[in-house]
Amino acid sequence: MTMMRRAALALLGVAVALPASADTIFVSNEKSNSISVVDGDKLTVISTIKVGRRPRGITFNADMTRIYVCSGDDNRIDVVDTTTLKVVDRMPSGKDPELFVLEPAGRLLYIANEDDNMVSVLDTSAKKIIGEIPVGVEPEGMGISPDGKTLVNTSETTSMAHFIDTASHKVVDNVLVDARPRVARFTADGRFVWVSAELGGTVSVIDTTTRKVVKKIAFAVQGVAKEAIQPVGIVLTRDGTRAFVALGPANRVAEIDVQTYEVKKYHLVGQRVWNLALSPDEKRLYTTNGVSNDMSVLDMERGKVVKSVGVGGAPWGVIVKP
Amino acid sequence: MVEPAVHTLRFVARLLLLAGALLGASTAWAADPQVIRIGYLTREEEPRIPLTFLEPVSDDEGVQGARLGIADNTTTGRFLGQSFELVESVVPADGRVEDAVRELTGQGIRLLVADLRADALLAAAAAPEARGMLIFNTRAPDDDLRNERCRANVLHVTPSRRMLADALAQYLAQRRWTTWMLIVGRAPEDAAYADALRRAAKRFGAKIAEEKTWTFEDTNRRVDTGHVTIQTEIPPFTQGREHDVLVVADEADQFGEYLPYHTWSPRPVAGTHGMVPTAWSRVHEQWGATQFHNRFERQAGRWMRPRDYTAWMAVRAVGEAATRTRSNDPAALAAFIKGPDFTLAAFKGQGLSFREWDGQLRQPVLLAGPRTLVSVSPQPGFLHQFSELDTLGDDRPESRCRK
Repeated sequence: MTMMRRAALALLGVAVALPASADTIFVSNEKSNSISVVDGDKLTVISTIKVGRRPRGITFNADMTRIYVCSGDDNRIDVVDTTTLKVVDRMPSGKDPELFVLEPAGRLLYIANEDDNMVSVLDTSAKKIIGEIPVGVEPEGMGISPDGKTLVNTSETTSMAHFIDTASHKVVDNVLVDARPRVARFTADGRFVWVSAELGGTVSVIDTTTRKVVKKIAFAVQGVAKEAIQPVGIVLTRDGTRAFVALGPANRVAEIDVQTYEVKKYHLVGQRVWNLALSPDEKRLYTTNGVSNDMSVLDMERGKVVKSVGVGGAPWGVIVKP
Repeated sequence: MVEPAVHTLRFVARLLLLAGALLGASTAWAADPQVIRIGYLTREEEPRIPLTFLEPVSDDEGVQGARLGIADNTTTGRFLGQSFELVESVVPADGRVEDAVRELTGQGIRLLVADLRADALLAAAAAPEARGMLIFNTRAPDDDLRNERCRANVLHVTPSRRMLADALAQYLAQRRWTTWMLIVGRAPEDAAYADALRRAAKRFGAKIAEEKTWTFEDTNRRVDTGHVTIQTEIPPFTQGREHDVLVVADEADQFGEYLPYHTWSPRPVAGTHGMVPTAWSRVHEQWGATQFHNRFERQAGRWMRPRDYTAWMAVRAVGEAATRTRSNDPAALAAFIKGPDFTLAAFKGQGLSFREWDGQLRQPVLLAGPRTLVSVSPQPGFLHQFSELDTLGDDRPESRCRK
């Protein structure tokens, strides 16, 4: 039924040429130095955009007219126009940018400089770095609270989530998590921040008021070695009921009931799943699979992977535009 | 910048420490800083002269890794009110390591990074003052140190020869290059490496079709038209029964470098030369290693060598324990490091921990080509009921360690 409706919609989309109504998925390819643009209806690559070297972190600007891409080996942010699908600008990033987060107000971009033990603050209007915040060794994950007041950065070798006050740009607290934290994601209500620990094999849920770990979620997949369970990407549904965690070389995405923190299911996806994105209607989950060079598409209603789409070499980040 | 004076570097290391302390003092959490002191013990020796000209002759292998470990620990420590100090001790060539251990104990050192060869390591571990110490072996790959001669107060950070040989044998098995020619140098360590290779061949189903001992004179690496001699000597020397791969045991680095492209049959070379199983190599850039190389090269002015890497791991193991336990009590740190909750992140794509039966750090082993990374072992398909990392080296049932 759903499939038929989708097929019908797709046909309609083609027939009346309303490309704006279809989702567009953007995938950064760490190895091929490109962004794959995937049509959400046909689930095929419609364009490949050449960007700087080793693109990983990828995000939209506030009105989704631009994409910002961390080009790590070129020490810059590339700016892509989402209509023309061309690189239209470059911005400074500090050394070796890997991941970043845009403040909800849309002007300041907070960038983790993996090589520099720093978080750089970029003013996207002035295209200038306006501040640097010293953090732990190998800063990586970046999350920002819905009210924009609290920034959380994780540092891989220090194994901490650093809580940063965005008004003063000062570290106000440090929460120890398991080894090699990668991604920090706030819940929609801002009460918790979820932090994945790649080598620790866990996700820590931190209460943002007390700044204490209230729950540590562990994973176990039958037939998969403990060492292969390496949580990285995290997404939560808008209603805050379900969370999805990419488990790296375990080739699974864990689905978690947010109320009980119980793992409900492990979805088999491509090899070395890095990051995740939900479609705007939350009917699909997209995953980047760094070793199999594809993107898995999980149908959220059926709880099944319905397609894998070949993209570029070593796909890493993924974002979706309605 | 290739060979900076050691003293200058020590000074820089101190400055870094000072900077770390200042940063720590300026944060709100460093009210009452805990100091964690780690000893570093090595022996004065002639610098190693590599056969290749591409590698610098360095007199600070090992200690540079330990210093970087201190800098990394300090960055983390400043958020927790912990600071780290490295107390470096160099035993004269004719000196006794036991005396150095006594002196370090006098300075309150209970956690010691030992950049020593096997006999000196055992002497250090046997010193009466070492009884309450935890010693990290960051250099000696000898298998008997993990078996018949194992000690309760020693953890082995550096992989054993058997781990290296198993890592190589798994890869060769995966490629189905299962018939080997083995060439062994005359140094005792070459014989030990060859023993590990023979054991690995048996474990992973390879056959050593022919074995030869290198008997030519050791030559100076810098000889005009030296290649003419090499080109004359090596092809007939490597003639023999049919084999898929030529495996070389030349830890002393006397001839192995000459084998590739000179072999009688067109065969790849692996072992101590050619494709090398190793704890660390500059060609490895996965799992965040890029940033680690950059930090090291900024500090040391040269590439990181395996001895630097293992010293870094030892210092980081102490740092990780201090972070997790929030303690500076050496006994508490040692207990945590040996315990079940310890995990070390060391740019190998998975957490590392110490084997309880022999104190060996279980770790993936790189297979490094001269210019790029070839692979990382354990290879897929070599399964283990507990940890696939335990397919490398002495597993629990095989261990002869009775601590």
